[in-house]
Parts: sequence; C-alpha cells; structure tokens
Amino acid sequence: MNSLDAAFSALADPTRRAILARLAKGETTVNELAKPFEMTQPAISQHLKVLEDAGLIVRRVEGTKRPRRLASAGIEAMDQWLAMLRKALEKNYDRLDGVLAGIEKQKRRKEKNDEQDDAEDGRR
Amino acid sequence: MSKMTLKTEGDKHVIVTRRFAAPPEAVYRAHTDPRLIEKWLLGPEGWSMPVCINEARPGGKIRYEWTNGKGGAFHLTGEYLELEPYSRIVHVERMHLPDPTPDNRVETRFDPDGKGTLMTMRMTLPDAQKRAAMLATGMERGMEASYVRLEGMI
Repeated sequence: MNSLDAAFSALADPTRRAILARLAKGETTVNELAKPFEMTQPAISQHLKVLEDAGLIVRRVEGTKRPRRLASAGIEAMDQWLAMLRKALEKNYDRLDGVLAGIEKQKRRKEKNDEQDDAEDGRR
Repeated sequence: MSKMTLKTEGDKHVIVTRRFAAPPEAVYRAHTDPRLIEKWLLGPEGWSMPVCINEARPGGKIRYEWTNGKGGAFHLTGEYLELEPYSRIVHVERMHLPDPTPDNRVETRFDPDGKGTLMTMRMTLPDAQKRAAMLATGMERGMEASYVRLEGMI
C-alpha cells in the first residue's frame, strides 16, 4: 500500500512523468535526462530520487555515470496511463452510442410522420 | 470485444479509432452540436459539463468546463481550423489544469463503414515530451475516478 501511495504521488508531478516517458525509450544518463528541462542537475536528481524511492526507476553504476532505467513498476505505471486514458475515452464513446441511438430513433420517427403526412397529402 | 483502438504513432501522434452504428452525419453532429456533446463528452463516471460552447465554423471557439461536484473542476479551450460536413474536422485544443497543456492539433475523420461510421482521430502534439504529458493528463482524470471508487469501498 505504501509503495502504491509513493508511486501515485511520484506520478503527480509533470516533470517526473516526462522523465518516465523519456526512460520508456531506454536507459538514459542524468545529463541527458536534464537536457529537455530548464532545470539544474540537482533539481533533476531530486526528482530522480523521488522516482527511485517510489520504485519506478533503478540506477546502474557505470564508471562515474549512474544511468537510470525504468523499473518494472515504472513500466506498469506507463501502461496504466494509457489504460486510464483509454478507459475515459471508452466511457465517452459508450455514452455517444446511446446519444446516436437517440438521434436515429428520432429520425425514424420523423420519417414515419413525414410518410404519413405524404399519404394524407395524397388523399387530399 | 473492444470497439476502440488507441495507439501512439511516431514521436508526436496519438491515433484513436472507434466504430459507431450510426451514419457519419449523426456522428459528426454529435461532435459539433453542444446539446449533444454535453451528453457524452464527460470522461470518468461522476463528471458533468456545465459549460459547453462549440462554434462549429472555421475560426469558431470551443470551450468545455467539467466538474465532479466535489470541488474538482477543469476546462478545455480550442479553435476550429477546418470543417467538412459530415466527413472531417480539424481543430486545436488544450486542457487548463489550470496551467494550459501543449496545443493538441486534432484531425477527426468520419468515414462510412457499412451502415455505420468509422471515426479516426489523429492527434498531433509538438513533440514526444509533450505527448507524454498529454497522455499523463488522461491518467490524472482516470486516477480521480479511482479515488472515487476507493472512497466507495472504504
């Protein structure tokens, strides 16, 4: 439960989500991670620490470098983003199915009325 | 069976497809008539759209405001670029959370599919970083729904 809480609060920050998105493409050094953001390296390192403590990323030692990559929990979190967006959209479109069914029903009713009107006109 | 597909393409695109039982004209109208939009474009359970402005003409404005009735609220603004009734819409939109998300250019196509419609939405974000941020926005709304469910369980 604790780690789930930590993961959610780690994901609540847009910079950290962007870092995860970058790491989804593969292992990356801290310098490379810092590049797209207008942030100092200590600030980025702080974000990395939060992600690491939440179990979303892991580090490897390579000489003086400490490249980071997604932990399996991080990969699952990324999948969840898409899954949840998908859910919200699916919910919308299920509702839209209902709205469309209503439009079609109305149209059929109108066509039927028009036919009746035509028939009545014909009799006149 | 899921009728919807959602996938990323290249660095900047997100593609959504969905089939509908109604003809393109009806699906197009449901995307451009505010009285219809406010009935379905609501996201997770429990949200409503008290403000729905949709001026379906080139240069026309879009503004949707959502609330969950529990203090949660955000809005979306956008502009129409092109409209080809009843086959194609191009517009730009952004969420305000309250800071605006990057502009998302959306091309929506409504193609006849038997007696129904195949809708294809192609979103274009400025770059991969911003696309990730937009997808994360979806997560936030999804998380909101999760919290609501959790509240129900506790």
